[in-house]
Amino acid sequence: MSEKKPERREFLFTASYAVGAVGVGAVVWPLIDQMNPDASVKALASTEVDISAVQSGKTITVLWRGKPVFIKRRTLEEIAEARAVKMEDLKDPQKDEDRAKDPEWLVMVGVCTHLGCVPLNDKGDYNGWFCPCHGSHYDTSGRIRKGPAPLNMEVPKYEFVNSNTIKIG
Amino acid sequence: MSDHKYVPASKFGKWFNDRLPLLSLASHLSDYPTPKNLNYWWTFGGILTFCLITQIVTGLTLAMHYIAHADLAFESVEHIMRDVNYGWLIRYIHANGASMFFLAVYIHIFRSLFYGSYKSPREIIWIIGIIIYLLMMAAAFMGYVLPWGQMSFWGATVITNLFSAIPLVGEGIVNWLWGGYSVDNPTLTRFFTLHYLIPFLILGLVVLHIWALHIPGNNNPVGIDVKKPSKDTVPFHPYIVIKDAFALLMFTIVFAFFVFYSPNILGHADNYIEANPMVTPAHIVPEWYLLPFYAILRSVPDKLMGVVAMLSAILILAALPWLDTSKIRSAVFRPLYKQFYWILLVDVLVLGYVGAMPAEGLYLLIARVATAYYFIHFLIILPLLGFKEKTIPLPLSITEPVLGGFPMASAVKKKESLN
Repeated sequence: MSEKKPERREFLFTASYAVGAVGVGAVVWPLIDQMNPDASVKALASTEVDISAVQSGKTITVLWRGKPVFIKRRTLEEIAEARAVKMEDLKDPQKDEDRAKDPEWLVMVGVCTHLGCVPLNDKGDYNGWFCPCHGSHYDTSGRIRKGPAPLNMEVPKYEFVNSNTIKIG
Repeated sequence: MSDHKYVPASKFGKWFNDRLPLLSLASHLSDYPTPKNLNYWWTFGGILTFCLITQIVTGLTLAMHYIAHADLAFESVEHIMRDVNYGWLIRYIHANGASMFFLAVYIHIFRSLFYGSYKSPREIIWIIGIIIYLLMMAAAFMGYVLPWGQMSFWGATVITNLFSAIPLVGEGIVNWLWGGYSVDNPTLTRFFTLHYLIPFLILGLVVLHIWALHIPGNNNPVGIDVKKPSKDTVPFHPYIVIKDAFALLMFTIVFAFFVFYSPNILGHADNYIEANPMVTPAHIVPEWYLLPFYAILRSVPDKLMGVVAMLSAILILAALPWLDTSKIRSAVFRPLYKQFYWILLVDVLVLGYVGAMPAEGLYLLIARVATAYYFIHFLIILPLLGFKEKTIPLPLSITEPVLGGFPMASAVKKKESLN
């Protein structure tokens, strides 16, 4: 390319390939994008939950975007246990204060961050959750403590609409 | 296709063959020179073709009754089992057919490993075979999702979540695969589409696999090149056809035993419970044919590295023709390789066993040792063995061992020189 001027024909070839590639891309994209979450799936983005009947120490599970969400009313001991953990003991360091807006209520997506199973309540070595699929242990704040999962259970976007209702999403 | 001299007997045949040489192709397939020392391990190619056709035919008929919808799929499968005429039979053939297909393909692969069929000049045949094997796993996995039972749902969740291990784009890819934020109806409908498509892709690759085979011809138990056609070969028809047919008959007896006497023994009871996104079964296990790779996945404590190890375990097979540095094909003449071959076979069986057990304690330790050995076999032992191993001298032809092997042959030569 240095000294020789590109021939007119070479230029036409390159330009044709480039335009062709753009055209193919424009046609292929809709075929790929149709597989992404559609408008009806996205429309189900938020759920309101009545939490007035949940007693201390109990967990309810609600479905949000096809995934289970754990809403746990924690006991004082469980809160104390979660807050006493040193950051250096955590695989994915996160303070309990940053995970629970109201310390009594822990709201998180009940999906193991390893391969997506639903962990079991009040099980495991850290009195929190235990995933039966590949043996991940979570503590009373839903943080990963032992096993193959890389991250803490996800805290979704949520807010207290009033003292009895949580809106997830 | 070397049969240019073929001329159809009838006038119409000649007219047709000049325009589309299908009769030449049939003649080539019929006369195809085959080493005459092929043993019964060589009959699994034909058996696999039978398995593929069985799956396609039963699958097409099941698709006439199955409904790919999250609310209806489970019931439609029960409808097939209870109401559709012979629905139970067709579904049990299809479900057990998948297991029989994998049984045959594992025998076929281990036959290649023993006799070095993947070596030059048959690398392309081998690589096409590995692609077929990968597609088989994809088809089997998606097929298992369709009844929409608990194992279907959670198997799909765990396997699709493997992609979430990819840094940065992982989650986006998983949502794209699901068509949502969890495994749900959009996932089921696309899995049905792909499950329907893949067998036809496999069929196309099988044609290429056989085409590539017909260029150098079959390997054989002695692993030396044969001159073809010669005294070392027999025509495919009727010699190999009848041998394949007999082996197929034996195979279908085993097949029928599962279908008629224990149709659910290879499945999992949890899959007769309808899918429930709120509850994960206590113990998730894939189908038996995926267990060794599942064990490798679980033996690595890191999520991304576990996925990488599992995929490498399969893809490493594609590099096998270059990892194995020995020029000698058949393990019969490789005393050390023969031992490592059996150790590998046991290693894979052990991986399969621990894959079905909970990933803890002693099982986890065994899984880790077996995983390490699997990679050591392919990455260290095989490359070194080609340089270190003292192989047994090869016979001059495949007929020589039959006629009494080396001492006899040399005796004959001596006699000849005396005369």
